[in-house]
Amino acid sequence: MVKQEQEIASRPDNTAFTQQRLPAWQPMLSAGIVIPGFVLIGLAFIGIGVALFVTSQSITVMELDYTGVERTSPCFRCSDPNVKNCVCQLDFSIASLFKGPVFFYYGLTNYFQNYRRYGVSKDDDQLSGDLDSFTSPSDTCSPYEYDSNNKPIVPCGSVANSMFNDTFKLYQIVNGTKKQVPFDGKGIAWWTDYNVKYRNPSVTPLRDAFNGTVKPLFWPRPAYELDPSDPANNGFINQDFLVWMRRAALPDFRKLYRRITEGDYAQGLPAGNYSLEIAYNYPVLSFDGRKKVVLSNVSWMGGKNEFLGIAYLVIGSLCIVMSIIMLIVYAKFKFPEEE
Amino acid sequence: MARESEDPAMTKASKVKRQRKKKPKENKTRTVHANILYDNAKGEENPNRHYANNEIKTTKYTLLSFLPKNLFEQFHRFANVYFVFIALLNFVPVVNAFQPELALAPVVFILSVTAIKDLWEDYRRHRSDQEINHMDCLVYSRAERRYVEKYWKELRVGDFIRLRCNEILPADVLLLSSSDPDRLCHIETATLDGETNLKQRQVVRSFYDLDCDFNPLKYNSIIECEKPNNDLNRFRGYIIHRSGRRDALYKENLLLRGCTIRNTEEAVGIVIYAGHETKAMLNNNGPRYKRSKLERQMNVDVFWCVIILLVMCLFAAVGHGLWMFQYGDKRPVFDVLSPEGTDLSPIMSAIYLFLTMIIVFQVLIPISLFVSIEIVKICQVYFIHQDMELYDEETDSHLQCRALNITEDLGQMQYIFSDKTGTLTENKMVFRRCTVAGVEYSHDANARRLAMYQEMDSEEEECTSHGGTLPRRDSVTTHGLQQPHGQCSSPPTSVLIPLCCVLSTDNPSSVLQEKDITPDPQLLDKVNDCSSQMDFMRFHSQPTSQLPSDLADIIDFFIALTICNTVVVSSPNQPRQKPRTQGPLLWCNLFMFFLFCTTWGVVSIFSRKEFNFSPVHLATFPTKTASKGCSSLLSSPSAESTLTKLDEEQTPRGLEHAFSPVPPCYDGKGWNLEEGELRYEAESPDEAALVYAARAYKCSLVGRLPDQVTVELPHLGKLSFELLHTLGFDSTRKRMSVVVRHPLTDQITVYTKGADSVIMDLIRPPDTGSSKGKRQKKIVNRTQNYLNLYAADGLRTLCIAKKILSKEQYACWLQRHLEAETAIQGREELLFESALRLETNLHLLGATGIEDRLQDGVPETIASLRKAGLQIWVLTGDKQETAVNIAYACKLLDPEEEILTLNADSQVSIGRDSTEQIYSSSSPSSHSSSHTAAPFTVHRLGLVIDGRTLAYALDKSLEDKFLAVARSCRSVLCCRSTPLQKSMVVKLVRNKLKVMTLAIGDGANDVSMIQVADVGVGISGQEGMQAVMASDFALPRFRYLQKLLLVHGHWCYSRLANMILYFFYKNAMFVALIFWYQFYCGFSGSAMIDQWYLIFFNLMFSAFPQLITGTLDKDVSAETLQQLPQLYVNGQNSEEYKPYMFWMNMIDAFYQSLVCFFIPYFAYADSDVDLFTWGTPITTLALFTILVHLGIETKTWTWMNWLSIAFSIALFFTVALCYNASCPTCYTPSNPYWTMQRLLQDPLFYLLCVITPLVALLPRYFYRACQGTLFPSPVQVGRQLDKLPAETRRNILSLSRVKMHLIETFHCWPIRELVLVLCSSFSCACKRIKTWIRRHCGLESALIFLRRFLCSKAQQKHVSVSLN
Repeated sequence: MVKQEQEIASRPDNTAFTQQRLPAWQPMLSAGIVIPGFVLIGLAFIGIGVALFVTSQSITVMELDYTGVERTSPCFRCSDPNVKNCVCQLDFSIASLFKGPVFFYYGLTNYFQNYRRYGVSKDDDQLSGDLDSFTSPSDTCSPYEYDSNNKPIVPCGSVANSMFNDTFKLYQIVNGTKKQVPFDGKGIAWWTDYNVKYRNPSVTPLRDAFNGTVKPLFWPRPAYELDPSDPANNGFINQDFLVWMRRAALPDFRKLYRRITEGDYAQGLPAGNYSLEIAYNYPVLSFDGRKKVVLSNVSWMGGKNEFLGIAYLVIGSLCIVMSIIMLIVYAKFKFPEEE
Repeated sequence: MARESEDPAMTKASKVKRQRKKKPKENKTRTVHANILYDNAKGEENPNRHYANNEIKTTKYTLLSFLPKNLFEQFHRFANVYFVFIALLNFVPVVNAFQPELALAPVVFILSVTAIKDLWEDYRRHRSDQEINHMDCLVYSRAERRYVEKYWKELRVGDFIRLRCNEILPADVLLLSSSDPDRLCHIETATLDGETNLKQRQVVRSFYDLDCDFNPLKYNSIIECEKPNNDLNRFRGYIIHRSGRRDALYKENLLLRGCTIRNTEEAVGIVIYAGHETKAMLNNNGPRYKRSKLERQMNVDVFWCVIILLVMCLFAAVGHGLWMFQYGDKRPVFDVLSPEGTDLSPIMSAIYLFLTMIIVFQVLIPISLFVSIEIVKICQVYFIHQDMELYDEETDSHLQCRALNITEDLGQMQYIFSDKTGTLTENKMVFRRCTVAGVEYSHDANARRLAMYQEMDSEEEECTSHGGTLPRRDSVTTHGLQQPHGQCSSPPTSVLIPLCCVLSTDNPSSVLQEKDITPDPQLLDKVNDCSSQMDFMRFHSQPTSQLPSDLADIIDFFIALTICNTVVVSSPNQPRQKPRTQGPLLWCNLFMFFLFCTTWGVVSIFSRKEFNFSPVHLATFPTKTASKGCSSLLSSPSAESTLTKLDEEQTPRGLEHAFSPVPPCYDGKGWNLEEGELRYEAESPDEAALVYAARAYKCSLVGRLPDQVTVELPHLGKLSFELLHTLGFDSTRKRMSVVVRHPLTDQITVYTKGADSVIMDLIRPPDTGSSKGKRQKKIVNRTQNYLNLYAADGLRTLCIAKKILSKEQYACWLQRHLEAETAIQGREELLFESALRLETNLHLLGATGIEDRLQDGVPETIASLRKAGLQIWVLTGDKQETAVNIAYACKLLDPEEEILTLNADSQVSIGRDSTEQIYSSSSPSSHSSSHTAAPFTVHRLGLVIDGRTLAYALDKSLEDKFLAVARSCRSVLCCRSTPLQKSMVVKLVRNKLKVMTLAIGDGANDVSMIQVADVGVGISGQEGMQAVMASDFALPRFRYLQKLLLVHGHWCYSRLANMILYFFYKNAMFVALIFWYQFYCGFSGSAMIDQWYLIFFNLMFSAFPQLITGTLDKDVSAETLQQLPQLYVNGQNSEEYKPYMFWMNMIDAFYQSLVCFFIPYFAYADSDVDLFTWGTPITTLALFTILVHLGIETKTWTWMNWLSIAFSIALFFTVALCYNASCPTCYTPSNPYWTMQRLLQDPLFYLLCVITPLVALLPRYFYRACQGTLFPSPVQVGRQLDKLPAETRRNILSLSRVKMHLIETFHCWPIRELVLVLCSSFSCACKRIKTWIRRHCGLESALIFLRRFLCSKAQQKHVSVSLN
């Protein structure tokens, strides 16, 4: 008995795992699997592609550049950095009903919100209403940390400092009179930003919390006065501020400004002439940037984007072509002797 | 008593102390005093206190030193330093890219994984140390005046210890006393050198004559010996007695730690070296580290990665500088000033950015690659260890991987250098034939029996019973010293086995073949005849010289076989009890006969009733009594129980059954049983073979004492030869001699046994005048002919000769011999000369042919290794004829081959010879093959070269020529080569041809060759452990090499190669994503991938599947790999990982990353997407792409692959969701709060997840699909074979084997040809195979070509090949 035990001691275990005999599936890239597989995938992709393309086609987009680089542009006058509080007007017309809900975006090009040092330059604790960070902002904000009098800047950092501050008013010109199109500015930012991530300090009135601090250098008004029309839309939970603070991924971007969901325009913008009144503040010429407004409606897959539909169509067709090529190759090389 | 002896010793001790103070460093010797002279309390006076104690500690770390020491060691690896540098760079604010703490994570992770591995290994060492340190031994206690049990670790230098039979020695001990009547102690050194025969050790001379038991209290000598060293075969010193007498100490007096006491009841010794200073521990060096070919190649590509990284960083830095420059003085609103509020110049920011980019792109240097490779290799080693087919039941040993990091080299071997004896052959000698006095006795019956055994062996391979295995002493473990198995306590198990051997003849085994020789009837008759005549003469007191000379030669021949050796007679596991007189022995015989004739039932009762005393009890008996001699045979408990068991099995069958298994017994005496008990322990296996052969002719060796050999002869009974001298074997003389006094003739006779080449030269030139002289000359000539014949049969030949010395001659020689023996200086040389003087003018008796049997499966293994494209060279020390014959036997040389034999006398001739021979042998071949298609007849050559010629060939001027010749030969055989030559040949081939070499051998003479080769393989066989100690892999049998290389080597290589390539791809693909992004963020080092994903992507999310694939993936099944050895070429040509493949992978990686980047880019263009909502899908897509890529590259999917991929994906989403929900304000600067949650609600995300991996992998998949079906690589064809049903596969493979000889003509043939050959010969096979085959061979032209070729071959070979 002892002898047997000793033998087992150094004898390997005879299991499927130790003997590397685990049952396994061996995918074989043979014609029988590959060709039908390609055909199926191709058909499915073409189906999806058509659906996406059709959806995308149904979306209307209207872009209006108002940078004012050209002399003919109504905003050319305002593009001069020395002109303050300039307002310009941009007229346009809509030929047929612009189906609602219409989203009103402002767009910037050549603007690097994804610049690394720019992105770092904020203080999340401060923005979440932490009063300690009010008096001593994080290092990451530098050089927009303290002003020349060594007073803390709130909100600190480059991101907040460079907040977009053009404002827009849209009028429909009905029989020569301007009829303002109501803008809906609620809920344009992420729900979590508004409710969780950004908070005002729990001090009432809000203005007291900002005692001893200064507004960012570029800002005309302090944070607690961002929206004079709605006291609840001030401080760090101002919708425009929240939208701006969510940095764009690419240098050409658009950000949601307002939605048109109310009154006569709930169904969309009717055909007619419109006038856009722009309070032109934000300088972009220094970096060759462009400013524009974009009017668009959305579908289940977001804004207008033909790319994905086309991509699906192309790849789907490619799969089918490939399967045909392979079929030909196989037919030529493999099957002739199959009598 | 103790007090008396203390004083002088004390003074001496103080003297020694003074000496040490004077010259502590120059003390070249060690002085050992007995500890019992010193009280424990006065330990500081003990002169031995400075020596290491017996506690061993092989651990590297202590609890405290672990962290600093381990870190220090890890920072020796350059990669670790690099990663730490990068992590520290992150702490510099200007250049940092990530949260500094987070950036530490990877390097901490890598370091801790390695540290945990080291810790675990160290803990295991600690455990085994503890186990050894706490073993028991008997140490003499001064206080109690007896031997008390102590732990090994408590033992100190100078302690007296008592050793009992089967105990393991705890330290190096000087033998002072032995219970053996001859003051010998037998030890088994298997754990040290693997040699299983018993070695004798002698009690120190001055204690030799001690009559009573050794009393430690009376001991008061001082020992001076060498400092501890690692030479197992050397020990010098002397012992100084109180009287001032000095006695020399030799290695014969030293018992080494780790050895086992055998056949000796009890021994007492004093500890000389303890613990780490023992020779065994000093010899114990750990596993070796080599760098494999694959890793060298990988390091080149790691270097390329560094270059790519630097280029990318530089590109980004320049880009950033330009980007900054274009703005000039107009500062855009999004620009950020330096903390000081000043503007950074473009150049400065470019420099900072360069450093930042290094941090961001660090992933490109695969940080986890090194750790992953280590993990995969550990798993590979585990699987190799676990392989049942590499486990040898007979020796209960399996393959050991001693080098842990070159498993993949096994798959890339190109040359195999093999030893012959013990590697290809079993080194188990079997007596085959002999010639006595010019008459050949062919032993046909013996040959037939051997053949029968061989057949039975092969039939019963699967269900071998253990009954016939060698009496195994406890297994030999690698770190035998570290892992004792409690040998002392376990009951001896091997008693049963020899009994079984004798009882069951229907049990074929190699042991039986070695021992049992069927005598040649003719010779047996002559022996009987001769001895009866001699008996008659003795009875009538006639001088034996009247015996006819041929008969006299015969009896002398057998006497020589029996006594001219150093064989020790033993009965297994029993203290040696040597009966000195004939009386008790006869009694014993009678007793054994009695045992044998009665049924086993009687024995069992007998043993139960009367033999129930323990061995300790036995020791108290008065020595040398008959009763003890016999009873001890049965007294051990296991013997009793065994007999009892046997009784239960045997009794019902009755008496006939008890008899029937016993081999026929000639005289009706109970010999067989008794002889079964006697085991012959020989230093070389051929000695034992000869003794066993003689025993078959009833000339059996029954006892050997230093001065007397007892031989039992038929009719004559026991004869005691007085052993005057033994002139041992040495490799220069190549012979050994014994000088004895013949008991019948009373003449002084010299028996010499040795290599034929030397003995034949020493034969007394026959006196041509007389008829006797003519006859003698004829005998010599005939014997020489037979010797040539034997050599041609591959037998090892030995010549036996004798010489009768007159009293005067002897006295003359003796005088000078004694002078030589007693000489102090140059004793060895003098003894050598003395031996030369004696061994002259010999009278030739005869010669023997001993077969060294080939190991199982050697020809098959060699054939299949050769098919695998391996060049096999055999390097042996044997002589040319034997070597050539073994080479034929193991199919190394083929009868169809032309053999080039290079035996040159000078350098010039060899150069000329070799080229000429090549030329001449290739020209006729072109003639003969002119009628066949010329390119298919590569003429096959075999090269045989002897040692002397090899020495010329290895000369600088000729080595290129030699290699050129050798390369054009199919096999090379170097005979008579020295160990140094062996290693020079390996080195030459390795360096000049730039090939991967494997050396395999079993003996000490192969060590240098094993060390030089890329992979050294040791056979853990008969010849000791030196080869194993030097090797990277240790195999129990040669044939396991086939599976080790063809299967495990192939797997290890292809797994690791694929994993490394995948690693490079994966990292490049991931990093390139960020690189593309730099074009859209002003080259600012910004990343759209969150820092967490960036850092953990490699370490966690994508780590497990590749490890599983790297460990478990099987591109081709083990069966197919073994049946189609051609697939091994794959690894030899490094086809899985060629330099261009790295770049292909890089290109593919860049393509895939472009797809993964730009599809989301265009899909989200002109939208209000924010940075991380856009970056997270890219991460997800990259993960999917990388996993599916792995899926395409995975050949076999087990549940573990599925699980690991599912786990990876689940882990990513879980981590992402938790991370994105955990903290709204932490993780600056990215802060991706709730991003993943929102993405999962976005249909666009899912649409991207479907299309992107598909687009990214379409080219690779398409390529794989086309290549797999249109231009399959050999491995892919093998894989397709695997898919076929077992029946079909067997058909194809058997056919492929039939056709293999045709294919061998292709030197480096593609698998296509194989398929075509198969295809064309498939009229007999079923249609399905035919269709399959058709599918894989398209090219019409190739088929026609091959058809023509096959036809021509078919005509030649008369192979009917029907083509359709």
